[in-house]
Amino acid sequence: MEHTTTRETEIAETPSLYRNPIGKYIVKRNARCISCGLCARLCPYGVHLRHDNYSQPIRPRDYRCIGPQCAANDFFCVRRCPQRALSTALNPILETIGDYRWSAEMLIGHWHMAETGDLPYMDLEYSLGYSGGGFDKIRFRIPDAKDYLDVPDDEIDTTIALNRRHDGRPEKALSLPCYGGGMSFGSTALSVLVGRARAAKRLNTLTSTGEGGYPEAFVPYRENIITQVATGLFGVREQTILYAPVVEFKYAQGAKPGLGGHLLGDKVTPDVAEIRETVVGSSLFSPFPFHSVYSVEDHKKHLDWIKEVNPRALVSVKVSTPTDADMVAVGSYYAGANIIHFDGSYGGTGAAPDIAKKNIAMPIEYAIPKVHRFLIEEGVRDELCFMASGGIRNAMDVAKAIAMGADGAVIGTADLVALECVRCSNCESGRGCARGIASTDPELGSMITEEWTEQRLVNMYSAWRRQWCELLRQYGMRSIRELVGRSDLLVHLDYLDEDERQKYPPAPKKNVIL
Amino acid sequence: MPKKYHIDNKIADPRFPPIAKYATVEFREECAGSCRLCVKRRCVYDIFKDNALHWANMTTPEYLYICKGCYRCIEECTKGIFSMAVNPEYRTLGDDYWTAGIISSTWRQAHTGTVPVSGAGYRGPFVGEGFDSIWTDMSEIVRPTRDGIHGREYINTVVELSRRPTRLQFNPDGSLATEMTPILEIPVPVLFQEPTFGLLSEKEFLSVVKAANSIGTLMFVQPERYSATLQDCASTLVPRLTRANYRDHTQLIQGSQMIELADDPGVEREFSKLREGRPDLFLCVGMPLDAKAASRALQLANTDLDSIHFYATDNGREAGTEAPRPLKDMIREVHLTLVENHIRHKINLIFSGGIALAEHVAKSLLCGGDAVAVDTPLLIAMECRVCYRCREGKSCPVRLGDVEPKWASQRIVNLVSAWHSQLLEVMGAFGIREARRMRGEVGRSMWFDDLERESFGPMFGTRKVTGIG
Repeated sequence: MEHTTTRETEIAETPSLYRNPIGKYIVKRNARCISCGLCARLCPYGVHLRHDNYSQPIRPRDYRCIGPQCAANDFFCVRRCPQRALSTALNPILETIGDYRWSAEMLIGHWHMAETGDLPYMDLEYSLGYSGGGFDKIRFRIPDAKDYLDVPDDEIDTTIALNRRHDGRPEKALSLPCYGGGMSFGSTALSVLVGRARAAKRLNTLTSTGEGGYPEAFVPYRENIITQVATGLFGVREQTILYAPVVEFKYAQGAKPGLGGHLLGDKVTPDVAEIRETVVGSSLFSPFPFHSVYSVEDHKKHLDWIKEVNPRALVSVKVSTPTDADMVAVGSYYAGANIIHFDGSYGGTGAAPDIAKKNIAMPIEYAIPKVHRFLIEEGVRDELCFMASGGIRNAMDVAKAIAMGADGAVIGTADLVALECVRCSNCESGRGCARGIASTDPELGSMITEEWTEQRLVNMYSAWRRQWCELLRQYGMRSIRELVGRSDLLVHLDYLDEDERQKYPPAPKKNVIL
Repeated sequence: MPKKYHIDNKIADPRFPPIAKYATVEFREECAGSCRLCVKRRCVYDIFKDNALHWANMTTPEYLYICKGCYRCIEECTKGIFSMAVNPEYRTLGDDYWTAGIISSTWRQAHTGTVPVSGAGYRGPFVGEGFDSIWTDMSEIVRPTRDGIHGREYINTVVELSRRPTRLQFNPDGSLATEMTPILEIPVPVLFQEPTFGLLSEKEFLSVVKAANSIGTLMFVQPERYSATLQDCASTLVPRLTRANYRDHTQLIQGSQMIELADDPGVEREFSKLREGRPDLFLCVGMPLDAKAASRALQLANTDLDSIHFYATDNGREAGTEAPRPLKDMIREVHLTLVENHIRHKINLIFSGGIALAEHVAKSLLCGGDAVAVDTPLLIAMECRVCYRCREGKSCPVRLGDVEPKWASQRIVNLVSAWHSQLLEVMGAFGIREARRMRGEVGRSMWFDDLERESFGPMFGTRKVTGIG
């Protein structure tokens, strides 16, 4: 199996698109400032700027500030300012941003990773949200110090194998234990989609077309793009199946389990309509389910069809998380799938009915161990690549999912957050996303470039990889594949006695106003 | 195939600016004045169209009710003078149960009649009390789903509120010997009832009744509410009577399809008397949803009663106790008591109190109800802010007493239309085409305790925290 890693050299500073990025702290400079430049010389984080050819005070780049805790440092600008012109405080805007799943700190932490490729140096809790359950209550056991493996990141293997069936098809491996979830042309800006594909190429991983067809701009990156076959069959051609290293049958998706895709008419622009061969401005509803599949035999017929068209393609089956998720997994194995991809109910990037997102199908945290155990009992676990998604938000969630039994994770929302999504949830209507991510509007859809997208994603995944490497080192592991199914390394706060629970960080709590 | 049930929704604009979550804050003294890059002129949603002048010419700062929270003005302003706060008025909406989010979403549904849709995944807690600890199932590959929401398959939301014979008997010639009882159906498993607060005027009451009439459902009302203006909608109304007073309301009974009698020891002796003059009259008994509800329901199910209406508290909890159980557990208790005694199919169970969202309808039915009755959402549809000022005799901030009935009834119709569509979404996902088949169908749902035990138990052992943690 090919062994590649993400090298630090790929990281490049990729600043925010905006003049005033949001950070955890604010820094205010009042009128007493004489622009002496001391603060700019002192601050190691680059909060203060002063140019020799410009004598006026410049607003601080406060998103870089570490806040009042900086008072412990000699370089604390607030104390050192001769004019007492500076102050710092918690940014009050934090109360308005984020939600139970993606807290403000998790968003800011990921913006930082995407900008710098590094982990945040300020006190940000970017691995746990306020959801009060699932991943937010699961912790890795405190490691034994003697297990620590003192090796550099380059010697830690984060590759995963997609084809474990030994069926004569390519033994494809990814350098990261995750790939990009489907986002369709129509729901998301083309530059974002192509940027994701470019990042996937650099990171030696994959991204997926989603249901929206296969734009020409994808062709140069086809070795890193999954062609999705969804119920609407938009853009599914023999040619697009032949392009793909992996073809994904989307039976269901976590954002709207049991429901078909839905692209509102406002987003069906001439370009979108052309590629989907539909009518401009007309809402597109995908049927649910595949009306050609009502049995495992039908399911196998579907997979055989793809395998016949493209003998080198691996086949992935994407399903959501019903009560019989375990049976679905085994059925897919016997139908010939190389990859089984479960998409839990709390995820999704595109527009979906609120009632579906909250209520239909089980959270992925419950599905992973259930499926993993059943595949072991059936004796087929080692032949199937099991990917999980749906509410897997950060590097530690990925690691927890793997320890619970998945081989890797499929990521959607975090990619968008890396592109400065604020999760305002208004992706669905009118001109679409105001920040140019989930929009095909001629003006908004061109806010973001492919290059910027690519580098922000490379940066974020590089930061994620660092976290996985450190975690593996703590348990004396050299490969992320050793972590699969190691649920003995996990604890759940609600299953611990009080004295044991005290040893772990508590589940963050906050009454978020939604 | 019968004609599809359809609720005719129309846009019904709010009378007052709906209170939204976000309020932009600007420190105008720092404004550059005539900046060519002013973010107010570039707002994607154009929320500043009336407020993009030089600050000296602006009106008093106002909450920007239509702000979508994209944060672009904050991040792009050349002087960095913008910030964002939670609208203080938004914080005042509702209470711990009737949250600002529920009220705000209900307003939107009453405005447009459409299903609430948003992007970027689920934003709420992992699990919650009551109905929020249940997930509904979905069908995958080998079990057919139903594609009803966009009209490809017909999903029937009709439920019955009439009693059923326990078995059919036939004559030697094969003809039916059993005397069939009349059938009462409503097209959606949602009835209306008077809220415990906020019905301030005849016009407001009329709006609710007209909406019920338009949808084809029924509404429980106190007899004092009847007036000549309701004549056309008499069959929509279910008068709530007692053993003591029903004889005083014979005219109401004559005009009604169904009446409700308050539970009372021996109330069942009145059933035959009531049906003497009206054999087609449907009878319902109303009672608090308390610890005695299940055993009393068992007694009543053995009579020829059609339905029982259980009243939970306004917050969807057991009545009459200091440690109330959630509505979902109470429904299960009543339903299972009847199932265990092999009599569940004879009687219909209606539950009310705390039904706040469309998902509560689906989950009530899955727990074992036949239908639910809603109250507070009717007020919210008419723009109520659930501030409870009216309980204290204070003025209503949205002048509910002055609503125009045509507008107000359309808002309620829109809300039920949106709930109906959401019910179709959920039913389609778990593959049931008949609302009647949802009754007690817990196999199409997943419960927090079960999932924790089955999925997490083998990994983490025994749960040490009670409840949802």
